[in-house]
Amino acid sequence: MDQDIIRQIQARRSFLGRSMTGMGSLALGMLLNGKLNAQAGPELADNFFTGIPPKCKRVIHLCMAGGPSHLETLDYKAKLAELDGQPMPKSITAGQQIAQLQGQRNSLKILGPQHAFSKCGKSGQSISDILPHTQSIADEICIVRSLHTDQINHDPAHTLMNTGTSIPGRPSMGSWLLYGLGSETQNLPGYVVLTSAGGGQAQPIASRQWHSGFLPSKFQGVELRSKGEPVLYVKNPAGVDRPRQKDVLSAIEQLNQIRMANDFDPEIKTKISQYELAFRMQTSVPELADISDEPQHILDLYGTQGADGSFAANCLLARRLAERGVRFIQLYHRGWDHHGGIKDGIKFTANLVDQASAALVKDLKQRGMLDDTLVIWGGEFGRTPMAQGNGRDHHIKGFSCWMAGGGIQPGMSYGGTDDFGYAAVDKPFHVHDLHATMLHQFGIDHTKLTYRYRGRDFRLTDVAGNVVHDILA
Amino acid sequence: MHFRYRHQILVAFLVILLFGLTSAAFAQNKIDFNSQVRPILANNCYACHGPDDGQRVTDLRLDQQTSAFADLGGYVAVAPGLPDESELIERIFSDDPDSVMPPSDHLKQLTAQQKQILKDWIAQGAPWSGHWSFEKLKSRTPPETHSAAWSKNAIDHFVLAKLESEGLAPSLPAERRTLIRRLSSDLNGLPANRDLLAMAERDDWPQAYEEAVDRLLASDAFGERMATYWLDLVRYADSVGYHGDQPISVSPFRDYVINAFNHNMPFDRFTTEQLAGDLLESPSRDQLIASGYNRLGMMSAEGGVQPEEYLAKYASDRVRTTASVWLGITLGCAECHDHKFDPLSTREFYEFQAFFADIKERGLYDGAHQSKKWGPTLEVPDDNLAELLAPLDQRLAELTRKIVETPQVQEERRVWETGLKQADYQWQEVNPNTMIATNQVEITRASDQSILIAGANPNTNAYAITAELPPGTRALRLQALPHASLPKGGPGRAGNGNFVVTEFIILSGDQTSHMEIFKTPFAKWPDELKGTAVSTQAASTTFEQEYGGASHPDKKWSAASTIDRDARGKTWGWAILPETGQANELVLQIAPDQTLPASVTLVIQQFHGNGSHTLGHFQLSTSVDNDATASPLKRLPAEIRAIVTLDPSVRDAAQKQILADYFLTRAPSLKTYRDQISALNAQRQQLIDQHTRTSLITVSVPAREIRVLPRGDWMDRSGDVVSANVPAALGRPTWQSAPNRLDLAGWIVSPQNPLTARVFVNRIWKLLFGAGLAPVLDDFGAQGQAPSHPALLDWLAWDFQESGWDIKHLIKTIVISQAYQQSSSHRQDLTETDPENRWLARQARFRIDAEFIRDHALATSGLMVNKVGGRSVKPYQPSGLYQHLNFPKRSYQADRGDNQYRRGLYTHWQRQYLHPAMKIFDAPAREECTAARPRSSTPLAALVLLNDPSYVEAARALAERIMKQETADSPRFQALFVSALGRSITESEQDVLTSLLKNHEAYYSTHLEEAKKLLSVGNHPRDESLEPAKHAAWTSVCRAVINMHEFVTRY
Repeated sequence: MDQDIIRQIQARRSFLGRSMTGMGSLALGMLLNGKLNAQAGPELADNFFTGIPPKCKRVIHLCMAGGPSHLETLDYKAKLAELDGQPMPKSITAGQQIAQLQGQRNSLKILGPQHAFSKCGKSGQSISDILPHTQSIADEICIVRSLHTDQINHDPAHTLMNTGTSIPGRPSMGSWLLYGLGSETQNLPGYVVLTSAGGGQAQPIASRQWHSGFLPSKFQGVELRSKGEPVLYVKNPAGVDRPRQKDVLSAIEQLNQIRMANDFDPEIKTKISQYELAFRMQTSVPELADISDEPQHILDLYGTQGADGSFAANCLLARRLAERGVRFIQLYHRGWDHHGGIKDGIKFTANLVDQASAALVKDLKQRGMLDDTLVIWGGEFGRTPMAQGNGRDHHIKGFSCWMAGGGIQPGMSYGGTDDFGYAAVDKPFHVHDLHATMLHQFGIDHTKLTYRYRGRDFRLTDVAGNVVHDILA
Repeated sequence: MHFRYRHQILVAFLVILLFGLTSAAFAQNKIDFNSQVRPILANNCYACHGPDDGQRVTDLRLDQQTSAFADLGGYVAVAPGLPDESELIERIFSDDPDSVMPPSDHLKQLTAQQKQILKDWIAQGAPWSGHWSFEKLKSRTPPETHSAAWSKNAIDHFVLAKLESEGLAPSLPAERRTLIRRLSSDLNGLPANRDLLAMAERDDWPQAYEEAVDRLLASDAFGERMATYWLDLVRYADSVGYHGDQPISVSPFRDYVINAFNHNMPFDRFTTEQLAGDLLESPSRDQLIASGYNRLGMMSAEGGVQPEEYLAKYASDRVRTTASVWLGITLGCAECHDHKFDPLSTREFYEFQAFFADIKERGLYDGAHQSKKWGPTLEVPDDNLAELLAPLDQRLAELTRKIVETPQVQEERRVWETGLKQADYQWQEVNPNTMIATNQVEITRASDQSILIAGANPNTNAYAITAELPPGTRALRLQALPHASLPKGGPGRAGNGNFVVTEFIILSGDQTSHMEIFKTPFAKWPDELKGTAVSTQAASTTFEQEYGGASHPDKKWSAASTIDRDARGKTWGWAILPETGQANELVLQIAPDQTLPASVTLVIQQFHGNGSHTLGHFQLSTSVDNDATASPLKRLPAEIRAIVTLDPSVRDAAQKQILADYFLTRAPSLKTYRDQISALNAQRQQLIDQHTRTSLITVSVPAREIRVLPRGDWMDRSGDVVSANVPAALGRPTWQSAPNRLDLAGWIVSPQNPLTARVFVNRIWKLLFGAGLAPVLDDFGAQGQAPSHPALLDWLAWDFQESGWDIKHLIKTIVISQAYQQSSSHRQDLTETDPENRWLARQARFRIDAEFIRDHALATSGLMVNKVGGRSVKPYQPSGLYQHLNFPKRSYQADRGDNQYRRGLYTHWQRQYLHPAMKIFDAPAREECTAARPRSSTPLAALVLLNDPSYVEAARALAERIMKQETADSPRFQALFVSALGRSITESEQDVLTSLLKNHEAYYSTHLEEAKKLLSVGNHPRDESLEPAKHAAWTSVCRAVINMHEFVTRY
């Protein structure tokens, strides 16, 4: 595995070292997923590799949009149960950011955990009973309980989680990975996004979350849609079947070749390859999205009937994408914003994602893919220990996520919040640290993977981020 | 015809021989400080030895000559002429890990070549000059060149001198048709039409060329083309960008920009009107629209947003944008720390921000997702609106003359006044047994049986009250009452004292089970209760709020929506703004033949769901009166109520007149006229709505306090309060008084400011040459790149200022030059010497921008509707693209009719989900200022041109056009290539397409249904007289041509 990545990188670096007009000699997969072309702008920074052999080839990010309550999922607090209904100590909340509870700053009350937790697996990790399937993979996952972020509203918090800053216009982590490493697939985009909803009000999700920002747009995420065409414009026009489409494409190629023979232009070469790839995608994308070849026991494992746009179906598609060499796969479930009615609401949402999330880990493992696939499960922030009616408000000072595979140590818990589940006090783990650690697993030094834009060398971790070696296997 | 390219390249080589290697003599090893030395220092050393006070650990600054040359206690960093005496050289060549610079663990390390440059530079006397872009503009005399005959104007002297010094020869002029096509694409964003192409055939070519330039500059399409670029810079969009990404209306600003370019508005005025149009004396409508520039940033209506934080975001965005658009500097980098590379401090960032502190705006546009209120706007009528209204207004005037007081009206008034006094219904307070709220609150009952709510203030609530009613009850009254404990005196608990009663339900029967049901939060109308709900016949009220009711199905917060069982929607109801701090009432009447049961549960639902619009103080009462309604007296406007309660004998003349006038609005005998008037008014309003657009504008209010925010943290209030100023390094003028935006605009376009003109001409150059003379369009600071032709850039900037900031003059000067007219053909000799074409030995070729790709397809096919300006339009788009948007949920409705065929720049710009055909071709989301779009080539782009219905429809329309224009295949192919590519078709090309045509004609003639499907893509009606199989086959041919590299490339 390591050899593959290194070979790929060598190919890419030797390309960059050559004249900028040498596009034609590149492997087609490189073109699809974005090597810099003549207009791409400044070159990649000097060597950004750590020299440590990469542990990881791809990421599957299960993004729980809306902000799942850590207090009902991964971070049990006995003290909250004890103080349910009591006023929240002012010493904790004074001077801190508050979102929708702004008007009630002086009457904040504690809401006890709404669900019981159990110690699970040999590792004995504490996981909520509303996540029974996640409980069953307790020994495969590393639970981080000391995450914290800077942004208290959904839109900027997602933007921070994806791009390392809340300022719009910066590349998302998937784009950074493609920019640095390229992709392994020749027939599919290297960065694919799938979304699902259900349970609670659906959070709006901006396409900026998977945008390439100031990086060339070939690095952007491509949404794989559950309704209509799986990828935009991948279907032939009405009245045009595949042979007819092929005729048109063949004519286009011949016309472009004629032009190039008379008037040398490296861009035409690129264009010809792109059309070939487009035509291949017209087959490979529907083939990918059609899960009728999956056996019943796999469908049962995920708890899905077919490609219906549910989170379960998307988890299965995520595995298929991973198998086909897609570098970064991101699944959004938009139903976690439980301002009110959290007891039933979060149980409902958890039920929509629990089985499939765990199934994905199990399925990757049984295929030997978990070792080099990093699975990340979590939201853009957590929720307050304070009640908002019978729900919880947005919370950024401490929340949780879990990770599996990709060289992350299984069956461990890392860091922790205070007794109120309010602030990360034990080994705080910032979003930047998550990014730094993720890149590290790909053999990348997060301080060196940069892109010059408006006079500054930008990076995913902005000016922060530490690799958290304690959670590495 | 045959290609001439090969021939051209040969000639180019000959030219090189002529210009010869003589120019090698010009080559020197002299190190240029600005282009060679400063970038090395900036990139590798400034982080610790630069302008950032916070990061500097020693006194040595390498961004300042005085510091670099200063005595550091027996040694100097830079000793001019003496590299061996220079500590800098000593340190960078050092082998000692403790002493080497940059430190061995520093991210940036010097290459051997860079070290040598620094050494040579010092050896040559370390000539130092100020940063190129901050230096004053000088009028420059074009240099002498060896081949003066080549030059058409000053530009060519600069370009040729540089080519000669580099030992390069320019390319031959491009082929005429190619040039015409290039001009049309560059100046209008459109393919050259037949008339333009015909100019290529004229004998007086130089004159014909100039005429073509003038014609293109005079076309309306010029403004559209230029606006496309300007809108990227000022980040114009049709949605707010944050969270719910709700739509906003600001298209008049876009039209202002188009018109400004078309009328050749001087750039200084264009600048002033955008930054400060509202501050000009008696600003015109257009100037106010222009001031909308300050309001084009992203905005948020996300519940839970802290307004202060977002005000800080908006303010910083404005600094970033304005500094990028006009100054080309990255002032935004100084938000959290002093700039690392340029002399820009954090304090100066906030001083610049203070120029905009007077702009009226909100951090959180609470409720704007419903109210659509996004701050100050202007209503902008279409030019033809007055004309459209004239006939209606005439008819209205006639009708209005009939509304006069006749004896009959007087009699009607007397009857009405008597009736008012009699309608004094008897009400009896309800004495509640129990009351619960589905979201927990504190409930207090007063001695008068009124109910007061306190404690937690949830967003929604439902109150359920059980009570025993007197026999024969026929009406139920809810009085919303003021109370001192409530915001603005109540009666509601929202911050503005308002409430929304969304549904009022009377239940009879088993009370306990009802209460159980309503204990569930967010309870909707439970189906199982339908049978037990008492049907209410009518609801009347003393006041219904109109404010913010535009999207309410009743256009107001009506009483009727409290008894419709949510037919109008769960969140709509009755509200009373602005009548806070006073009582109002809602009365429910039940069916005339019924009475209410003795035992009831009254449920008051308040599910508006935003800003705690729930009742804070209210009282319930009943009446046995069959006709009981909300108090008719109270329903009168306050002024009229005061008069009618007076005895007629004590009313004065004015009061009598007021009353008489008021009664004209309700006299039964005048009803016919009034109805006609209101119907006409409705028609009139509809016309106005259809022909009026709102536009965000800037309104100046007393300035907010602006502080330095330490590390950009909006919660940190410890920073100094600052007042408006421009960065010192750019030359601060002596302000006569505290400067405002108008002064800022004046400074930006003053001759003393060297940046603005340089930045602008450089960007125009980029539009016409594919790259700027200074390649980094949005960073003229130390981390940008010095211009390849500094003297040319200065000359252009100086000439631009001298011309009175005349944009068309600037563009014409450039396109008339020989340099512009060069061929863009590949030159083997340049691949080694100048692969990036910095010395301009040839023109550039590049893929045209997203909007123009669309325009080329529409124009070629004849589908394009040429209309300047108007609302943004919605081309076909795959369904479901907006599925992730919420607050509110939306679906995309593609336009029908003419608006389907408008130019690309009119496309609805949804920031979070930009039209994919735009985005895939690299159009930016316009969340931030974009000075240079990337140009990518991806398979997704291929899929757009192959399969997007817009392009398939264009192909079949083009096919139709070609088939009708010519009858035989061969002339059809010629016509097709002239239309699409501006040139003749070659034999080999015709062979390829003929084969495609024949194959598909054979296929579609046996698959007529498929042919018809293909010919039905898009709305454009097909000419049914064309044979479907032939038409479909020609459509395939046209699809192939639209997908050619050449079709989307500017040569």
